[in-house]
Amino acid sequence: MTEHIPDTVENAAATPEKDQPFHLLGLKPDEYQQIREILGRRPTSGELAMYSVMWSEHCSYKSSKVHLRQFGQKVSPEMTKHLMVGMGENAGVVDIGEGWAVTFKIESHNHPSYIEPFQGAATGVGGIVRDIISMGARPVAVMDALRFGDIDHPDTLRVVNGVVSGISFYGNCLGLPNIGGETWFDSVYQANPLVNALAVGALRHEDLHLANAKGVGNLVVLFGARTGGDGIGGASILASDTFAEGGPTKRPAVQVGDPFAEKVLIECCLELFAGSCVEGIQDLGAAGISCATSELASNGDGGMRITLDNVLLRDPTLTAEEILMSESQERMMAIVTPDKLDAFLAVTTKWDVEASVLGEVTDTGRLVIEWKGQTIVDVDPRTVAINGPVYNRPMEYPAWLDALQADTPDRLARATDGDELKRQFLTLLGSPNEADTDWITNQYDYYVMGNTALNTPDGAGMIRIDEESGLGVALATDANGQYCQLDPYVGAQLALVESYRNVASSGATPLAVSDCLNFGSPENPEVMWQFARAVEGLADGCLELGIPVTGGNVSFYNQTGDVPIYPTPVVAVLGSIDNVARRLPSGWQDDGENLYLLGVTADELGGSAWASSVHGHLGGHPPRVDFAAEKALAGLLAAAAHEGIVTSATDLGTGGFIRAVADGVLRFGVGARVWADGIVDRDGVDLTAALFSETQARVLVSVAREDDVKFRGLCDGRHVPVLRVGVTDAQSHSLELQEVFTVTVDELSRVHRGTLPQRFGAVVGG
Amino acid sequence: MTIVIVEVMPKEVLLDPAGKATARALQRVGGEHITNVRIGKRFELTVDGEVTPEVLEQIGVMANDILSNQVIEDVISIRVAD
Amino acid sequence: MRVGVVTFPGSLDDRDALRAIKLAGGEPVSLWHSEHDLHGVDAIVLPGGFSYGDYLRCGAIAAHSPIMTDVVDAANRGMPVLGICNGFQVLVEAHLLAGGLIRNDHGTFIRRDQKLRVENTDTAWTSGYSVGQEITIPLKNGEGGFIADDETLAQLEGEGLVVFRYVDVNPNGSLNDIAGIRNARGNVVGLMPHPEHAVEAGFGPNTSVAMKSGTDGLAMFQSVLAASIFS
Repeated sequence: MTEHIPDTVENAAATPEKDQPFHLLGLKPDEYQQIREILGRRPTSGELAMYSVMWSEHCSYKSSKVHLRQFGQKVSPEMTKHLMVGMGENAGVVDIGEGWAVTFKIESHNHPSYIEPFQGAATGVGGIVRDIISMGARPVAVMDALRFGDIDHPDTLRVVNGVVSGISFYGNCLGLPNIGGETWFDSVYQANPLVNALAVGALRHEDLHLANAKGVGNLVVLFGARTGGDGIGGASILASDTFAEGGPTKRPAVQVGDPFAEKVLIECCLELFAGSCVEGIQDLGAAGISCATSELASNGDGGMRITLDNVLLRDPTLTAEEILMSESQERMMAIVTPDKLDAFLAVTTKWDVEASVLGEVTDTGRLVIEWKGQTIVDVDPRTVAINGPVYNRPMEYPAWLDALQADTPDRLARATDGDELKRQFLTLLGSPNEADTDWITNQYDYYVMGNTALNTPDGAGMIRIDEESGLGVALATDANGQYCQLDPYVGAQLALVESYRNVASSGATPLAVSDCLNFGSPENPEVMWQFARAVEGLADGCLELGIPVTGGNVSFYNQTGDVPIYPTPVVAVLGSIDNVARRLPSGWQDDGENLYLLGVTADELGGSAWASSVHGHLGGHPPRVDFAAEKALAGLLAAAAHEGIVTSATDLGTGGFIRAVADGVLRFGVGARVWADGIVDRDGVDLTAALFSETQARVLVSVAREDDVKFRGLCDGRHVPVLRVGVTDAQSHSLELQEVFTVTVDELSRVHRGTLPQRFGAVVGG
Repeated sequence: MTIVIVEVMPKEVLLDPAGKATARALQRVGGEHITNVRIGKRFELTVDGEVTPEVLEQIGVMANDILSNQVIEDVISIRVAD
Repeated sequence: MRVGVVTFPGSLDDRDALRAIKLAGGEPVSLWHSEHDLHGVDAIVLPGGFSYGDYLRCGAIAAHSPIMTDVVDAANRGMPVLGICNGFQVLVEAHLLAGGLIRNDHGTFIRRDQKLRVENTDTAWTSGYSVGQEITIPLKNGEGGFIADDETLAQLEGEGLVVFRYVDVNPNGSLNDIAGIRNARGNVVGLMPHPEHAVEAGFGPNTSVAMKSGTDGLAMFQSVLAASIFS
């Protein structure tokens, strides 16, 4: 058997003319030249692989950095009040009081989920959970935002089955409650499904850990699963490239996840933190060891020396370069002081987690990696991990946008007849993007850990953090690619306020934002324009609402051939609540309560569910955003929840008023009698707009009769427009829109809950 | 080093829902003549040293105790790989 | 009364079981899989989860853990032992309970609030219920299908060893809608649903009264505390 001879630094210096396949690794000619200049010689194969992955779009954010800076610039003192760790670390950390902090982040794993949906989605969950652990937190919940192709396309079932069972498999096995998320079906995502996974963790202030390698002489320890040939070159090959028509072929670079290994790793890490055995810690994701070492070294004292000989291998045939770049899952890297090594190993041994010392922190400012006594990597880690290329890509206003915006929904026929309106309502309610997603979510556990106060189908998930005081956090994720296609600046803001409003509707106070920005190719100037506008919209919106972006993720190259997906920025908002006992369900359970609509309604049907599901239309402008109204509404809801004078709250989103009423009825199966004339008269809109308009800053609440006066007083005091629009009716078993139509709860349920099972299979007990 | 192969199948009298689902899947892609599928496990044990009759007997005991659940499965074969 | 909860690598609902015992008024004690030490407990719970990642067979590797020799020993001496979900699988693999547990008949993981009928209250864990009582307990599993050969089934039914039965909906294809069983002596009980997730108002199944207010599982942990007084 011939032994693989690695390309050493010495060899590289001696053979400058050697032809290197940098283009196969995703590097452009000028990037390759830059590397040669930085090093003063050609890179070794290991260094080339390292730069190629770390400088890929996925890892370096080279096309997005110049725009993302706004998140750090458009910041007021109010916004950073509760922020303990901002952008740039593995995840943001927010102080929620009583000595508790939470860390959360949402991240994409899109391309792997088209190639191998099960493993792609599973390892997506694994990766984001490891980010949370590496901050020193115990993960306490997950959520996922999913986008699939046309619900009736034959390939959609393959992707849906794989992704949902992958998330179920990994999340359930880790013992993390899945408390919410959203699902969207549209042909633009056919070959580019989006799998955005969110994780949130809790920690005491003093347990915060950062990913830096400080202390010359401290040991670099790799622990967790053994290293094999998973996903070698995955990050650069997959995410910086688009798919040609024809379907999935690039199988070999897939990562395979083992949630049991990660569960054990979580418990092991928490015990290491509790025993103060760790100085710094980093999880291994894209680019494996090369990424972890360059990031730890860059953020610390600047130098590190390790040998790959000590890496425990699952596959003894791996070359040095393969070991360096392997993306085997469930691995972490820790910086441990020499006197703590025994204690560290005692903990890993207890949990049957393997560990090996790879090297140590130095003060040379260089990352040096050896193999069998020879140096195969010698770089300044900052050039790898931090100071990669930064592009200011050209942007161009889309040629088709004016025409799209001019094609407003005003030309769409509106019904006045009760039967026709009922038909339209049921069409909307049963449409794929409005339909019940129990088929998906009943494969997820939300009971584990016993702290889930709110979960799907409520608008936000809520987790109790402190079992004594009831202190908790609420989370929501939202995105609307249709709105963003019409106007990416406003569309991004709409995702933000929707998420913000969902958190507020649970009774919590919004505190922080994480985002996952899913776009087409940055080499397409129209896409780049969309991206820039969306980021600007989100940054401006956060400044208006006074809550900061704490971290997030960018996923580019979501396109098939020349056709990009709709710009789809997913925005997650996190909020806190003093006591989860005060949380607001999203539907009513009691008879004879008054239903109130908070906010005012305008005629805004551009990009609406009504336009798309009833008329197959997308055009015009999305609804306007009113930050002042959203803030006033959120403040009102928090106060109402705190005082216990509201029994439920549902925010109005896609599908407008009548959809919100249906949500309230379907939540616990208790009927209601509502009327639209108040909206028509006071706000000057027609019946179709009253029912289906997607005007923002509106919430439907139920109030017990005895709290009516207090509630109205609260609204008046805070100048939030309020209109009585109905009453709950437990005897009627129906939703009655007075003088227009009536639908029984059974029929509502049949329509709403039938859509996904019809395509994907019967729901157990459904 | 020798490889010993142990094969375990679910007991015939009991349900095999995974097998049934697989049979249906095969029938859907042109395998209508495939009337039944049962799914079992194949273990490959790497043994250091010679595989004597005593070693095989020991593996037989372990196959009954650990590699299979005798309530719902049968060990159907133990043999040295060629 | 001290009630132990065993943690295997991959156990998930051990913390919930510990909480349930505390809420019922008992003293929860954590037990570690690799120790031969029951720490003087009076009853044992094998919790839900994915011990050893469900490798080989669910509960199979855990059933051979060092602590299981002590658990089997204690069970044979009459100590109350409860196996929940993965814990039930461990008890079946350890042959403390009859039958087997296989993949759900529909092939996927299912999480739902499940109605059960209590059919046997003559055990350490169900004395706090009444025969025929219908309770709602969260169920969440992928490998929850109870199977047994005809002879074993006849024996279970004939001797009244079925403790819980699924009502309205059979969520996993279990034979005879069996959700939980006991041993002949009545000290060992295993069930697939999770009573420890229905013990605290605000975090249990929905009821017609209020969201997440169901606490039908609490009686299981209260029962065993009463059992110790008479053992």
